[in-house]
Amino acid sequence: MIIHHPILGPRDAQEFVYLGDESLIDRPDGMTAGIEAFHDYAYNRDNPAGAHRELWYHEQGDRSWLVVTRNTVTHEITKVELARDVARAKGRTK
Amino acid sequence: MRYSGFRVIKEALTGHKGWKPVWHDPTPQADYDYIIVGGGGHGLATAYYLAKEFGQARIAVLEKGYLGGGNVGRNTTIIRSNYLLDGNEPFYEFSLKLWEGLEQDFNYNAMVSQRGIINLIHTDAQRDAFTRRANAMIMHGADAEILSREDVRKLYPWLNFDNSRFPIKGAIAQRRGGTVRHDAVAWGYARGADMRGVDLIQNCEVTGMRIENGRILGVETNRGFIGAKKVGVAVAGSSSKVMAHAGMRLPIESHVLQAFVSEGLKPLIDGVMTFGAGHFYVSQSDKGGLVFGGDIDGYNSYAQRGNLPVIEDVAEGGMALMPAIGRVRLLRAWGGIMDMSMDGSPIIDKTHVEGLYFNGGWCYGGFKATPASGWCFAHLLAKDEPHKTATAYRFDRFLKGRMIDEKGQGATPNLH
Repeated sequence: MIIHHPILGPRDAQEFVYLGDESLIDRPDGMTAGIEAFHDYAYNRDNPAGAHRELWYHEQGDRSWLVVTRNTVTHEITKVELARDVARAKGRTK
Repeated sequence: MRYSGFRVIKEALTGHKGWKPVWHDPTPQADYDYIIVGGGGHGLATAYYLAKEFGQARIAVLEKGYLGGGNVGRNTTIIRSNYLLDGNEPFYEFSLKLWEGLEQDFNYNAMVSQRGIINLIHTDAQRDAFTRRANAMIMHGADAEILSREDVRKLYPWLNFDNSRFPIKGAIAQRRGGTVRHDAVAWGYARGADMRGVDLIQNCEVTGMRIENGRILGVETNRGFIGAKKVGVAVAGSSSKVMAHAGMRLPIESHVLQAFVSEGLKPLIDGVMTFGAGHFYVSQSDKGGLVFGGDIDGYNSYAQRGNLPVIEDVAEGGMALMPAIGRVRLLRAWGGIMDMSMDGSPIIDKTHVEGLYFNGGWCYGGFKATPASGWCFAHLLAKDEPHKTATAYRFDRFLKGRMIDEKGQGATPNLH
């Protein structure tokens, strides 16, 4: 698979480490969220067959985190964004 | 029709005209007592034991494709019970004992071959860990031995013992482990279930679940609605898709695991060998092909095929261990979809919907579990309580902090 890095251009997926569903960005506030919410965040997944937004880390490159939109049935990658931009668009400050 | 040596001779003398199809092809009835979703190894074993051991009737198995067309036909056929943790080892040892009596039990030749399995040791720390594991196995009634470097050399003198990164220092062995003809397991269970009146319904995909007042009434399929008092889902690989019909999100990611077979060779490897440090394991089929594999590809996938980097990685592991295979040609590569769970261990449990039961999360270890998985799932379906060897395989273990994490990796499915 080739991941089209927003800054570095086309890079082999071997340079990256895979983490999982993009929802891992949305960690609940540990001081206010209940156990159930944290359990759901940490352990449960949508695991769709089809478009999947997921986190890849460019370990052997610029060490950026990316949100890659990839089809889990065909492995086709349709969109690549910097995870920073995605998180900020959701209202995260850092 | 029972199979026997006498029967083979009789058929040979009468032109083989007496062999009949091994199972029927029934049309679905309007309702059943039990519906098992998934006609793979685990689903067929569940139906078989439900009918045979728990005396239940009016059972149907719904399979979206053909019987045994999923992971039971795509794995590398290894059986073993070499686990460490209390939640796992009694279950897998129960499974290995069922394997030992399976062919007599269902009167079908599954080519169960207890040729032994060894896991290689490269460091003192690893020997300590494997010694602890061997003790745990023995305490649960399994067999285990620690082999010295010279013991391994007697078995496989042509291995690379002096690899500079991972020199072979010994191994943990389980002589009762081995391999089984994987397709025959599905066929044997299917035949045994069919003989006991189970309806095996193929080309029947579940497209929805009818749930009212928190109770399951049946399943919607591409062949119409089929009612049931209880529905058991055993569709590892597609668990998230099917359980979404009941509004559930599972602690599971689907990943692709590749497997490989080489061209046929003269006898080279007697048993099963794993080189965990090199992400490589291998056995040799009765046809002579080296059957081997390594890690999952590592990203969510439903594609049943992987990518080249993992093929390269597995081949490198094989070459590091066995330089002698350098000129052997790869014949086939294929992929199967694994339910990778959050702690690397399976789930056999009730759900929040009354009458709906779940069996999945087998990671890449489902094949060896087939008999015990079927038995324990049938136990749960028939008696509404878990079998004594499967009490830890619950959904709520993640909420309660009772993970069964053999590798200690945490909630990272692609690292288990």
